Amino acid sequence: MPKLHLQSRDILWGALVCALALLPLIPGLIGNSFRAHVIILVLLYASMAQSWNIVSGYAGQTSFGHSVFFGIGAYGAGMAVVTYGLTPWPGFLAGSVMAALVAVLISWPCFRLSGHYFAIATFAIVEIFNRLFMVWDWVGGALGLDYPILPDGWVNFVWSETKVGFFYGALALFVLIFGIVRYIETHRLGYYLRAVREGQETAESLGVNSTAVKLAAMAFSAFLAALCGGFFVQYNYRVDPPMVMSLDVSMRFVLITILGGVGNFWGPLLGAMILIPLQEYSRAYLTILGSGVDLVIFGLIIMLMMIKQPKGIMGFIEAWQARSRERAAAKEGV
Amino acid sequence: MDTFAQVVLDGLLTGMLYALVAAGLSLIWGVMDIIHFAHGEFLMVAMYLSFWLGFLAGVDPIVSWIASGVFLFLLGALAYRLVISRCIGKSAMPPLLATFGLSLFLKNLCMNRFSPNFRILQDTLLQGKTFMIGGVVVGLPQLATGIFSLVMLGALFYLIKKTRLGWAIQATAMDREAAELMGIHTDRIYLLVFGLGGACVGIAGGLMTSYLAVHPEVGSLFGLIAFLIVALGGFGSIHGALAAALIIGLVEALAGFYIAPVFKYVAVFAIYLVVVMVRPRGLFGW
Repeated sequence: MPKLHLQSRDILWGALVCALALLPLIPGLIGNSFRAHVIILVLLYASMAQSWNIVSGYAGQTSFGHSVFFGIGAYGAGMAVVTYGLTPWPGFLAGSVMAALVAVLISWPCFRLSGHYFAIATFAIVEIFNRLFMVWDWVGGALGLDYPILPDGWVNFVWSETKVGFFYGALALFVLIFGIVRYIETHRLGYYLRAVREGQETAESLGVNSTAVKLAAMAFSAFLAALCGGFFVQYNYRVDPPMVMSLDVSMRFVLITILGGVGNFWGPLLGAMILIPLQEYSRAYLTILGSGVDLVIFGLIIMLMMIKQPKGIMGFIEAWQARSRERAAAKEGV
Repeated sequence: MDTFAQVVLDGLLTGMLYALVAAGLSLIWGVMDIIHFAHGEFLMVAMYLSFWLGFLAGVDPIVSWIASGVFLFLLGALAYRLVISRCIGKSAMPPLLATFGLSLFLKNLCMNRFSPNFRILQDTLLQGKTFMIGGVVVGLPQLATGIFSLVMLGALFYLIKKTRLGWAIQATAMDREAAELMGIHTDRIYLLVFGLGGACVGIAGGLMTSYLAVHPEVGSLFGLIAFLIVALGGFGSIHGALAAALIIGLVEALAGFYIAPVFKYVAVFAIYLVVVMVRPRGLFGW
């Protein structure tokens, strides 16, 4: 039997998931409301950011190309439903496997590049995919894929009456991805990833195959990002290339994680809990000021955060913990 | 043959314009080692300034590039003072994300104020003027912008390589602490480099409005292509940026004509990937 590393934060984690699972029982909280929409998006974006965190946070390979994997997942589900008239489930699997394959194929040569050259290469890959999908008739071209009207339920993974189904779908995705990352973090692969991040040469001298470790992280990360893409297309009933494969979508993965705390288990959730409600509510309530105001505010917040605390919200929390430890030590007169 | 010459000429003229846009980025990148995400949006701001000067005050882009160059110098310096100087340090991510925030801010502010509509200046001095050499049509605004770009690049090259200020900039790029110990105010050098980078796109953007439409998204593609050019040429190398810009312009024109218009940017991004696989530090990188 594999050894379980139960810690107090795992119990906290279990309690959080249980509390979230019971949320729909509170009348009027989920239903078909805007609030439900925001909660679902928080869970979805936290999951997306966590999938990015595997390769960019734990393994230190900053990727701006994750919208490619997200998009492949979205197209997997979209094409299963629209092009082939199936349920989305085989599409989720096919899209995720395909995304992992594509990730390994394009990362293998790119991992030779360092620093900014790697980052620019990932931008270039996003643009190539975006433009190819725009003209590729088999995947619907620039018009994208529009869902037909389907009966509600888990078989088709669509719900039009209420958002409770989507809420549980998002929660399942969230638990799956955070669970996998928690498992990786406390097991061999997680230690390898952090070793490669802290010093590739040192890790290699101790017998870690750094290329294999980075490729494994990329494949896991792409697989999970593609699952999120599949959920995203089901939730929006349509997909086209700019929605899922663009630099802006890639930056979502990056921003949420960095604002929460990169390379940290809770970072993606914290980032999503703050950014997504802010963005959705400012979009809904500031329309009187004209279009784009939400993104103007978003831009300002990113700048302020980078000036004040580049480590993100986890940075604030760590600074606060360090201060309270110091105070406790001072009280004891040490 | 004439068609081929025409396509090559168009590619080279586009490349010269790209070179001026990329030169500013190359300078910032080479000296400060940060990815400046808002570079394309600076270009858009310059184009809007030049457009409104032309539309409201009747100033032709032939003249208004001076105003947009000066304005963007100030904007660059202001952005450095208020944002960039407060987050440069050990890690590459904070300045990158801060400039991304700046780009979102500028793009959406212009979207909000000026609407997403395409706007183009009518009846500028150079607009629509062409002449023939052999069987090749040369557009006067493109030619003027191209030549002007080369002149500005020459001036920038002279500034970096031959003046005391340029030596100070190079010293700062090599080792900030050592330069500081030699009595160079590196903070002021950074401020100046950011301003100069802004002035380069300011001038490019000012000139471009005589034949290109301005809209809030115009900077995104130019900014991305500027990244490719700088990385392709090698960081901080101005002649590398020029060579890379001409290559990118040529690839774009040839692929657009001989393969299909939709594939021109696919070819541009693919050529970058191919080159960095062979030379992981760009054409002229060290």
